[in-house]
Amino acid sequence: MSPSTLTGGHKAGLAQTLRADSWWTGPALTATILLGFITYSTWAAFQANHYWVDGGAEGFGGYLSPFYSPVLLVDTQAEGSVPAHHSWFGEKPDWWPSSLPFSPAFLILAFPGAFRFTCYYYRKAYYRTFTGTPPGCSVGAVPQKKYKGETSFLIFQNLHRYALYFAIAFIFILSWDAFQSYFRGGKIGIGVGSVVLTLNVVFLSCYTFGCHSYRHLIGGKMNRFSGCAIVQTRHRAWQGCSWLNTRHMLFAWVSLFGVALTDVYVRLVSMNVIKDFNTWN
Amino acid sequence: MTMRTFRIWRGDATGGEFKTYKQETGEGMVVLDVIHRIQAEQANDMAVRWNCKAGKCGSCSMEINGKPKLACMTRMNLYHPDETITCQPVKTFPIQKDLASDVSWNYEQNKKIQPFTPKPRDPDGKYRMSQADVDRVQEFRKCIECFLCQDVCHVLRDHERHDAFVGPRFLIRLASLDMHPLDTADRIPKIKEEYGSGFCNITRCCTEVCPEHIGITDNGIIPLKERVVDRFYDPIMMLKRKLFGGC
Amino acid sequence: MVDVSELQTVEHDILVIGAGGAGLRAAVECAQSGKNTAVICKSLLGKAHTVMAEGGMAAALGNVDARDNWKVHFRDTMRGSKFLSTWRMAELHAKNAPERVNELEEWGAVFDRTQDGLINQRNFGGHRYPRLAHVGDRTGLEMIRTLQDYGVHQGMEVYMECKALDLLLDADGRIAGVLCLWRDSGRFLLVKTRAVILATGGGGRCWRVTSNSWEYTGDGYDLAYQAGAELMDMEFTQFHPTGMVWPPSVRGTLVTEGVRGEGGILLNNKNERFMFNYIPDRFKSETADTIEEAEKWLQGVDGARRPPELLTRDVVARAILAEVKAGRGSPQGGAFLDIANRRDADFIKRKLPSMYHQFRELAEVDITREAMQVGPTLHYFMGGIRVDSDSQQTRVPGLFACGECSAGMHGANRLGGNSLSDLLVFGHLAGQGAVTYTNEDSGAPPAIDDEQVVRCIRFATDILNREEGTNPYLLHDKIQDIMGEHVGIVRTGEDLSRGVDLLEKLQEDVQQVKAHGASQFNAGWHEALDLRPMMLTSESVARAALLREESRGAHTRLDFEGEQENWGQVNIVIRKGDEGMEVEKINRPEPPEALASIAFASIEDLESGKVNS
Repeated sequence: MSPSTLTGGHKAGLAQTLRADSWWTGPALTATILLGFITYSTWAAFQANHYWVDGGAEGFGGYLSPFYSPVLLVDTQAEGSVPAHHSWFGEKPDWWPSSLPFSPAFLILAFPGAFRFTCYYYRKAYYRTFTGTPPGCSVGAVPQKKYKGETSFLIFQNLHRYALYFAIAFIFILSWDAFQSYFRGGKIGIGVGSVVLTLNVVFLSCYTFGCHSYRHLIGGKMNRFSGCAIVQTRHRAWQGCSWLNTRHMLFAWVSLFGVALTDVYVRLVSMNVIKDFNTWN
Repeated sequence: MTMRTFRIWRGDATGGEFKTYKQETGEGMVVLDVIHRIQAEQANDMAVRWNCKAGKCGSCSMEINGKPKLACMTRMNLYHPDETITCQPVKTFPIQKDLASDVSWNYEQNKKIQPFTPKPRDPDGKYRMSQADVDRVQEFRKCIECFLCQDVCHVLRDHERHDAFVGPRFLIRLASLDMHPLDTADRIPKIKEEYGSGFCNITRCCTEVCPEHIGITDNGIIPLKERVVDRFYDPIMMLKRKLFGGC
Repeated sequence: MVDVSELQTVEHDILVIGAGGAGLRAAVECAQSGKNTAVICKSLLGKAHTVMAEGGMAAALGNVDARDNWKVHFRDTMRGSKFLSTWRMAELHAKNAPERVNELEEWGAVFDRTQDGLINQRNFGGHRYPRLAHVGDRTGLEMIRTLQDYGVHQGMEVYMECKALDLLLDADGRIAGVLCLWRDSGRFLLVKTRAVILATGGGGRCWRVTSNSWEYTGDGYDLAYQAGAELMDMEFTQFHPTGMVWPPSVRGTLVTEGVRGEGGILLNNKNERFMFNYIPDRFKSETADTIEEAEKWLQGVDGARRPPELLTRDVVARAILAEVKAGRGSPQGGAFLDIANRRDADFIKRKLPSMYHQFRELAEVDITREAMQVGPTLHYFMGGIRVDSDSQQTRVPGLFACGECSAGMHGANRLGGNSLSDLLVFGHLAGQGAVTYTNEDSGAPPAIDDEQVVRCIRFATDILNREEGTNPYLLHDKIQDIMGEHVGIVRTGEDLSRGVDLLEKLQEDVQQVKAHGASQFNAGWHEALDLRPMMLTSESVARAALLREESRGAHTRLDFEGEQENWGQVNIVIRKGDEGMEVEKINRPEPPEALASIAFASIEDLESGKVNS
């Protein structure tokens, strides 16, 4: 019996297992995609340009990258940025230290980031991938002196619902962006960009409204689903949320790709690399 | 009939080793059938638990090629004919002998849980609940106590926090009580403190191995965690409770 | 030499042997009455065969059809039993079942609900109205988990993986204790107790094709018989009509009657609903004789009679066997059971989830798309330990029995769903009986006979210690060969005599059984220890079946067809005599007039209130 083999023939130690299948593909894929997304979104946020495709009159009707929405402050000097009146608080203030890179995205990415970081699905994905607790089922976890789970440092995960509140606000904001993109110069129409923006909102909604915290708050916390009209409405909402919730992983990834690809699309159109097909031109 | 190779752990708490057995197998067999044949023909004294042989009692839990499984529901045609099949007892609990582990810890946990505490019956001696009310609870009550979730849970399996965490099986038992429309007891403080809901980091291995396909994590543990949040972590809820009462 | 004083010894007021539904219900009753109660079981707690019960528990709650009441349930039970149930037991059962079910709900069972929020009830073979309280098709699991979770908080001791080897009697023939064996450590446990409740289930493992698990080796029959109690009705072994037939390794695994209750039909390989050809005269007036009428019944049309698929189990099992023999069976030697063409996939998955799961995983059959193949499987012992109807006490003072291991409740044939309610009703009564007994018998505790203990221990350890002997697995196989071939669904005197002879011959080998290895968790040793009860069970079934020269319910004699009136007046009783097994006919007492008038009334008269009782 080698020292790493326990009674019962189990192996001890990180990533030790008798599983013969490729259990590591899940974590490997997760690592690749998550790191890829973080790299791209950071890069895109640092660009601080080409996040807007101008729609002409009054700024109404353009395509705004979800990374940059809502535009709180804007540096109109940058290429492909929104007009000043389209920003909630106008121009970038003069006192902004020049040593600090300015990007409207920095103010924003933190919120969806927090939502995803504390998400009950992503937690599984990154605990398995990055903290090895455990790397796979019946695969040796990272040895720890006294494992505390989410009772100690990670206790903040319990505030996921507050991240949810912000995420829901973003659904409204992005819906407004998508809605606007169907009107250009006072004329109703449709472009590939508006479809992209709409799909992005749909995917994000499917992800956000399938959230475990949302499912709890909307109805899951009740112990009786029959009764007055309000209870029954909440039950129906809970059922709908449950449908999305069983697909939470799917929408977590689809919406992640969706957001990144929407930014890519807006960026490329804004840079005139590709042309947006639409009914206005 | 084909000849298959099995590697089965033989031994007890003092030690042991994998022994290799070659056994003829027939059509439609499951792993437990082959183990029974080996037991009858080659290793009379081999210890293995089983009862119903139909995935309903949860006795024949073991690890087959490294995965926690019910031997009676693991069909041989899942494996390549040349593949050696390795069978071990579950890891999380002390080995008794061969494929049997001492799972008595689980029965101790069950005793700690405050039992169902119903409100009084209706005047006609009956209880009324709608099917929608009990759907969730019925899902959890499908549990056959095979303890595969307990075995695979890294909090118990790798980190051995048996002192602080009751494990997935008993969290869903708690969920079945807490969501029961007739139950009147408040178990939330204990779920946080004594039963250790915070130790679960929702990596969902319990759900993956559950032979009854119970949504242990998403339908049971996470809702409990959210109920704990309501009580102990969410400042707005705590304020609301202060102002308007209730729990 | 064994020193009895050095054995691990515990003392209890009442020891329950068996932790299925009946054992746990009895133990709860004893513990709640303040008795120092213990339960021992061969497996882990909660794994007893009750978990396999699928369809539901019969109780005339009247939640789905308000016309139902205890009298109709009682009448159904008596007719189903071919009038061989003990009248008082059938009465107690029908009257008490609703309260036992309500009580189970109060203890935490979560039954399926009606639209009004009450406990839902489903149709089942032989029951006139939807009567089975159920949880999908896992009612037994719900029951055992409820009793287990409730029971452990009532202050009872549970000794798991512990086998009762022998009952110990004092000089006056009263129960004094039980010698047990810890299966894991291989050590002996001496339980001193005033009363024992046997709840050990049946003995299905004597047959190869059975729905029973390894535990069902007739332990209770053997324990009671050796202690001097009587067995009754042992010839009535129920073959459930629908067990799986493929793959070979799961042949016999139960397919719930609930499939038919939810609308499933039986077909032969010519796609005919053959059950219409097998309706016995007694049930003709209450059974649909055309497919149209059967369909109407399924749709809930008032006045439509029940489809013949829901006839009693003995009738359906024999019909399937006859179809197979006539060459109209399914490819794998059974009949087709079709629900796929009757109900939509969602309904099937919701109402029969574990059947869906079981066929998908074990046979790679999707029951929402194709028909199952099913055939008869040994399922249940109607007979068993003879007890007093009210107290469940045997003729041995301090020895009680309830559940499948006791006799009387089900007569010649048990209705589906009457078993789970039987467990609750008579578990409860046996608990009360034992409590009363221990209250009255409060003198000095009965003394254990050390010599008997030593004898019992030696009997067990000899199996390990002898130099050589027969392989216990092989012997078990032989018992199954004999029972399958000579004591099957249809029997003849010749076959049965041959079976008895073969069993007698086999006895010599059984005496010389040898288990290899150490005493710790030794499966071979446990198998060897189960041989004695299996031999006793097999022999008593064969002998009783040989004596009963008629066909009634689950007992079918090809050489004596049909029910004989004189045989309806007797039960067959078995006891240990000086020269081996004594088999005797005893006369059944006359039924109380009030009960007889209910049982023999036409359903119209009963429901219109013309029957006084």
